[in-house]
Formats: sequence, structure tokens, C-alpha cells
Amino acid sequence: MIKLEHVSKEFETRGKKKIDAVNDVSLTINSGEIFGIIGFSGAGKSTLVRCINLLEHPTKGKVFLNDVELTAASAKELRQERRSIGMIFQQFNLLAQKTCIDNITFPLIISGVPKKEAIERAKELLELVDLSDKAKAYPEQLSGGQKQRVAIARALATYPEVLLCDEATSALDPITTRSILALLKKINEELRVTIVVITHEMRVVEQICDRVAVMSDGFIKEVGTVKDIFLNPKSDTARKLILPERNRIEKGKRTDILRLAFDGQSSYEPIISELTLESGACVNILGANTEDIGGKAYGQMLIELPEDKEAVKKIKAFLDKKQIHYEEGGNADVTTD
Amino acid sequence: MSLPIDTLITLLKDGLLESLYMTIVSTIIAYVIGIPLGIIVFVTDTGGILKNKPVNFIFGVIINMIRSVPFLILLVAMLPVTRAIVGTTIGSTATIVPLVAAAAPFVARMVESSLKEVSPGVIEAAKAMGASPIQIITRVLLPEAKPSLTVGFTIAISTILGYSAMAGFVGGGGLGAIAINYGYYRYKTDIMLITVALLIVIVQIFQTVGMFAANKIDKRTNN
Ligand SMILES: Nc1ncnc2c1ncn2[C@@H]1O[C@H](COP(=O)(O)OP(=O)(O)O)[C@@H](O)[C@H]1O
Ligand SMILES: [Mg+2]
Repeated sequence: MIKLEHVSKEFETRGKKKIDAVNDVSLTINSGEIFGIIGFSGAGKSTLVRCINLLEHPTKGKVFLNDVELTAASAKELRQERRSIGMIFQQFNLLAQKTCIDNITFPLIISGVPKKEAIERAKELLELVDLSDKAKAYPEQLSGGQKQRVAIARALATYPEVLLCDEATSALDPITTRSILALLKKINEELRVTIVVITHEMRVVEQICDRVAVMSDGFIKEVGTVKDIFLNPKSDTARKLILPERNRIEKGKRTDILRLAFDGQSSYEPIISELTLESGACVNILGANTEDIGGKAYGQMLIELPEDKEAVKKIKAFLDKKQIHYEEGGNADVTTD
Repeated sequence: MSLPIDTLITLLKDGLLESLYMTIVSTIIAYVIGIPLGIIVFVTDTGGILKNKPVNFIFGVIINMIRSVPFLILLVAMLPVTRAIVGTTIGSTATIVPLVAAAAPFVARMVESSLKEVSPGVIEAAKAMGASPIQIITRVLLPEAKPSLTVGFTIAISTILGYSAMAGFVGGGGLGAIAINYGYYRYKTDIMLITVALLIVIVQIFQTVGMFAANKIDKRTNN
């Protein structure tokens, strides 16, 4: 549905220095999926997503929405096409001087929908995002999560096929983040809207994405299902994103460490205690980055293995039995991109 | 008092009305010219929705040129133009011409600076929704900048009132002319002081009403 062909974007900065924000990116995002683009700050994610709706015109390459080449469209055609691409932002970007309902009718009014119809549609959307009581409120009177809900409603007003989300939850607390992600998931499932999620947080990707592209220095380092990337990260960037800095193991230093990846097992606590019982040896938890989402464990844990080779064998056998993915921590930084 | 009280009141009342007439009419015309100018300068700037370097440069230079001329000099330099447009260089209506000439570029800069306060993210969001440049101007920039434009209007109208008083020196009417004719040429200091006090009161009223309106309009403040 969205196809990027060899897209590059170069910026010229003040000192005439050139920045390659996006480098030869080719991607296909399928209809109906939730596609994540993850990377650290400055990786070029925002620039890439802005190339999809041409807020940023690629220096090279082509962008297609369905079979329409957006990079070849006239200004007028492009405005038309943008109505089928909704977008939400980290800073919400609501019109501060307009009420919620007027914010939501805005894209309809500018596309020539009669006011009455627009208001009907906006009311429907307010219901969808669970904010019917805030129709007449101004953005200033809303919490961050509520503002993002209004922004989502506004982005959906023109029945878009795609919703682009640029760090949509990065300004929100974890609980609000989760509810916004749940809303996006619902929109994807019930309205069949394809969603592109830009984030620097692995847990955002874990919670809602089907596939994910890992981005660094303007390049796509790898693309795959969230499970694949999470369990078998191939690029350095993906590893760093999966394991927070403080938990990373320095190259070649330790071979007695395992990284366990939890991918929706019922819970991680019983597994660790069972593991200790099973192996008869103590394991030291070096770091964990786990989260309980709907009673299931997601995330990872670094454990230090005992000296005893037998115990290590038992631990690995136990993990295999429980189908918990693990890898030797010592490899963590050996693989390069 | 150096004048019979009735005469004085009539004098001041007429002066006041003339001052208000010059100020209000000049402000309106200055905005009719200044708003489009300010918008053009803003949207054609680097990063603007209709970026256009030559247009931006030309308008910028024109605005700066007029703005750098001191008002009194502009007032004298404009005399032939005023005569051509109004037919005379004396009186309140004639004063409107140099007032507008001085105020329009000033207003353009005020409008530009108000538009600069609109969040670039909001403009971007409108673009992403498929808004055309005209729609962005009329439905995003101007409405979002309304509180700031109101503050700007308050400053502009007070400044123009001050200019209109200065115009009393070269034959303009209003309170400025009274202050000069009685206070300066005839040494009637009391009359001059009264007119100055009146001017201060009017500016105060403009300020108070303008700030109140700006606050009332602004939906970012909870009231
Ligand atoms: N308009 C711009 N002009 C110049 N450089 C830019 C511009 N936008 C982004 N960049 C640069 O491009 C790189 C990628 O930025 P961005 O796409 O915002 O990254 P991310 O969203 O992943 O943090 C950064 O080095 C940034 O400084
Ligand atoms: Mg970004």
C-alpha cells in the first residue's frame, strides 16, 4: 500500500554542510498492518515518515500510495491524496484557539464537507476516542492523553487509509501511552487503517507493531516481524534499542551471561524461581527490562550464569522446555551491522 | 483658566473627536494594507508555506525603508502626495495620508511577528491534512494568531494616536494641534497640559480595552 523506492533526503545546513537524513530507503508497508520504524534520536525517522506524505520532498527516490506516485503528483493532487493519510505528532499540534469539535471538523471543512455533516462525523469520532464530554473544551483544558485522542480523531476525520504517528506517545506517561497504543490497535483492527508508528521505544513496537524497521544514520538496518527482531536482533542498533545502555555487556568481556527474551509468556517471576529450583544453582539477575502487558510478560532480562557447567546445561534445557528465547550475552556486541 | 470654560470644552471636544477620527481611520487603512503585507512577508520567508526569496526581499526592503524614516520627516516629505490625494495638506483628513504611510509598514511588522508566534507544528499538521496555502492563512494562521494580533492592534492604535498628535505641528487637527497652537505658540500651558492628559487617558483606555480583549479571545488562558 505504501511503497518507498530508494528514497533519500539530504538537508543543507547553514554552514553549507550536507546532512543525509534518509539514505536510499526502500520499504513496503502492507495494507492493514501496523508498521513500526524504530531508531535513536537523529536516526532520520521523522524525516522518513514526512517523506511518506511529502511534508518533506525526497531528494531522490519515489513514494507510492497504492498505485499513485506521490512524488510525481501536482500540488493539488497531493493535497487530495493527503486526505487519505492522517498524521499525529508528539506535540499533538491541535489548533489552540478552536474547541475539540472544531479541531476535528477542520480537515472536513477544508475539504468542502458541509458544516452539519462535519459535525455529525466529529461527534462519531469523539465517541470513538471516548471524549464525547469534551466536545466544547479547548485543547488547553485537556491532559496530554486527551489532546492526543483529539488529534487521533482529527486525523481520522477524512476516512484515511493510513495513519502516520510520529512519536505519538513520547510526551505521555507510561499508563497514558498504553491506552493510546490500545486505541491505535483498535483503530487498526476495527477501521482497517494501516498504521505507521515512529518511536525510539522498543516497548511501543512490542505492544502494537506487526513488523518493524530499525533505522540508524538514515539507513534502514533491518526489517522484520517484531518477534524476529526482538528475539534475533541482527543489527547493532536493534541490540542497543532492545537492551538499554546500562544493561549492555561490553564486547567480549563476559560469556557467562544470558539474555532472556520474554515474548508474552504468562509471567516472568515464576519462571525465574522455577529456573533456580530446576538447576539447583543461583542465578544472578543483572538487569531487567520487563513489562506486564495484560498479564503477559514482555521484555528481557540479563542473568549471570553459575560456574557449574552442569547447572548451566540444566538452565538452558529448562528455558528450551519453556520456549523462552535466550542468547549468550557475550555475543551481545560482537555482531556488527 | 485662560479661556471661558464653554469655549474650552467645545475646543477640547472637537479636538478629541478629530484625534479619534484620524487615529481610527488611519489605523483601519493601515491594517487593510498592513495585514496582507505582513502575511506576504511571513509566508514567503525561508521555511514559509510559500517560500519566495525575491518577493520576501523586495517587500522587506520597502517596509524597512519607510520604517527607518522619522515620522516628522515623512510627514513633510509626504506633503505633495497628500495634496494630490486629498487636495489639501491642512486638517485631519489630510493627516490621514502620512499617518497611513507611516503606520502600514509598522503594522505589517506587527502582523508578521504575531504570525511567527503560531506553532510551526500546527501549520505542518494543517498541511498534512491537505490544507491549501490560502486555507492555512485564513483558517490557521490568522485565527491562531488572533490574541497576539489584538495585542499588536492595541500597540498600533496607541502609536498612531501619538503620531496624529505630532501631525499638529504641520497643520493637522486634533488634540495635538490644540496643544501646539495654545500651549506652544500662545504660552497657555494649562491648555497644553489638559490635552496631554487627555491623550494619556485615551492611550490608557486603548491599552486596557485591548489587553482585556486579547485575554478574553485567547483560548490558551482558562477564562
Ligand atoms: N529541516 C532540517 N534541516 C536540516 N537538518 C535536518 C532537518 N530536519 C532534520 N534534520 C537532520 O536530519 C537528521 C534526522 O533527523 P530526524 O528525521 O528528525 O530524526 P529522528 O526523528 O529519528 O530523531 C538529524 O541529524 C537532523 O538534525
Ligand atoms: Mg523525530
